[in-house]
Amino acid sequence: MNTKYKPAIHFNDVTYTINDNVILKRITGSFPEGKITTLVGPSGAGKTTLLKLCNHLISAGSGEIYIKDKAIEQYEPVELRKLVGMALQSAPMVEGTVFENLSLPLSLQGEKLDPKEAEELLEDVGLGKEYLHRSSTDLSGGQRQKVSIARTLVNRPKVLLLDEITSSLDFASLHEIEELISKINQKYGTTIIWITHNLKQALLIGNYTWVMMDGEVIETGESSLLESPVNEKVRRFVKGEAE
Amino acid sequence: MTYLTLSITLIFVVIPLVLSKTLRLGLEKDTIVATVRSIIQLLAVGFILKFVFDSDSLIYIFLMVTLMIIVATHNAKRKGASIKGITWKVGLTLVLIEVLTQSILLGFQITPPTAQYIISISGMVIGNSMVLAILFLNRFTSEIEAHQEQTELVLSLGGTPKQAIHSQLIKSIKASMIPTIESQKTVGLVQLPGMMSGQIIAGADPIQAVQFQLLIMFLLLTTAAVTSTMLGFLSYPTLFNNRMQLLKNR
Ligand SMILES: Nc1ncnc2c1ncn2[C@@H]1O[C@H](COP(=O)(O)OP(=O)(O)OP(=O)(O)O)[C@@H](O)[C@H]1O
Ligand SMILES: [Mg+2]
Repeated sequence: MNTKYKPAIHFNDVTYTINDNVILKRITGSFPEGKITTLVGPSGAGKTTLLKLCNHLISAGSGEIYIKDKAIEQYEPVELRKLVGMALQSAPMVEGTVFENLSLPLSLQGEKLDPKEAEELLEDVGLGKEYLHRSSTDLSGGQRQKVSIARTLVNRPKVLLLDEITSSLDFASLHEIEELISKINQKYGTTIIWITHNLKQALLIGNYTWVMMDGEVIETGESSLLESPVNEKVRRFVKGEAE
Repeated sequence: MTYLTLSITLIFVVIPLVLSKTLRLGLEKDTIVATVRSIIQLLAVGFILKFVFDSDSLIYIFLMVTLMIIVATHNAKRKGASIKGITWKVGLTLVLIEVLTQSILLGFQITPPTAQYIISISGMVIGNSMVLAILFLNRFTSEIEAHQEQTELVLSLGGTPKQAIHSQLIKSIKASMIPTIESQKTVGLVQLPGMMSGQIIAGADPIQAVQFQLLIMFLLLTTAAVTSTMLGFLSYPTLFNNRMQLLKNR
């Protein structure tokens, strides 16, 4: 698939194991540059593990991963992680205020975040500026997800890895975030890989979709594949999710 | 004290034995083992110390201190079993603490270079350093477990291992030092430190005993601070690999 597009990230026969448990099995495939690829599959399929490989939080046991045609090992870890930003599934916060959390990507590099910019970021994810000086421990699950998204955007990554960033959001907020990510994708040509349990979202927001199961990629293609799946396993998964 | 009067003090062992028996606490065996062990161990140490003090030879002092460091290292390292190379890290920390404190004490002629002083003070310094190492390692390993997500977050945003572990490291260093500092705040108000009491009972001038106790307490502040800090900065790098990844199966 995607022969028309340059890959932003390419997996070549990648296997990942922890203590002899095979978590990802011989993954091969590309995430096209400037496109939104949604990643769906049941719990424990290995979706988060695949994103962590892209951010180099973990290394593959065998096989190669290329980021923009360069092997992932050839990047300085810090440079790579600024280039390929990730919003983690649990939206963890560091101790301190929302502002300190938003500043984190810059403060790690010894730089400062302009408070005006912080306010704009909050507004982008649908939080009022009064949240800027709240303690991160006082946020609700959904508010944490919003701050986590905004924080990931601070580094202006060329590739954005989103792990279930709307799972705790109400319908309106969810919509707002979908629009924001689409806008970023269009305005900056950012490549997006988006894990979601929401198949409507996967279909609506994605250009392409990967379906994963038991550590394997069982189907890839344009997101419309979710509408009338050919693959029997995918059909059962989609049907199960719809119920 | 004579051996006769010492035997009479065994009454203090009989009381808990009787209590344990009548209340069925099941502690009789442990109490007897503890009593026998403390008699043997302390008498042995007493004779060894007498021998070393009489000979006043540097070799024996050196051997005594080395033995203390080995035993203390062995004790403390178990708390950090999940950290690679913990044995030499604890050992090195103890050696440094010992060298640092003795150089200051002997260098400024605060204490005389005799076996009595060197060995007693080394015992207190190494013993406290061991306790601090245990407190620190306990706290640090549980902080790492509890805040694995924050560590991963900082790494994922382009932070270095040191930045990713910084708050856990600082919290653990602080937490392990607090008991030392707190106990010094109330010292003398609630109970007299054991060493000072011992000196006073042995007939020393209370003011002299207090001065000496102050010296020891300041010494233990340094011991606490240096032990936790050094052990912390020696241990955290082994939690990561050179790709700035947090190692899962440490
Ligand atoms: N550090 C680890 N140690 C052991 N097993 C792990 C570890 N991390 C992940 N796994 C296992 O790998 C498998 C895939 O996990 P992963 O988090 O990638 O799934 P996922 O598709 O993101 O699931 P979910 O939709 O529930 O988030 C699971 O079976 C999980 O138990
Ligand atoms: Mg996941």
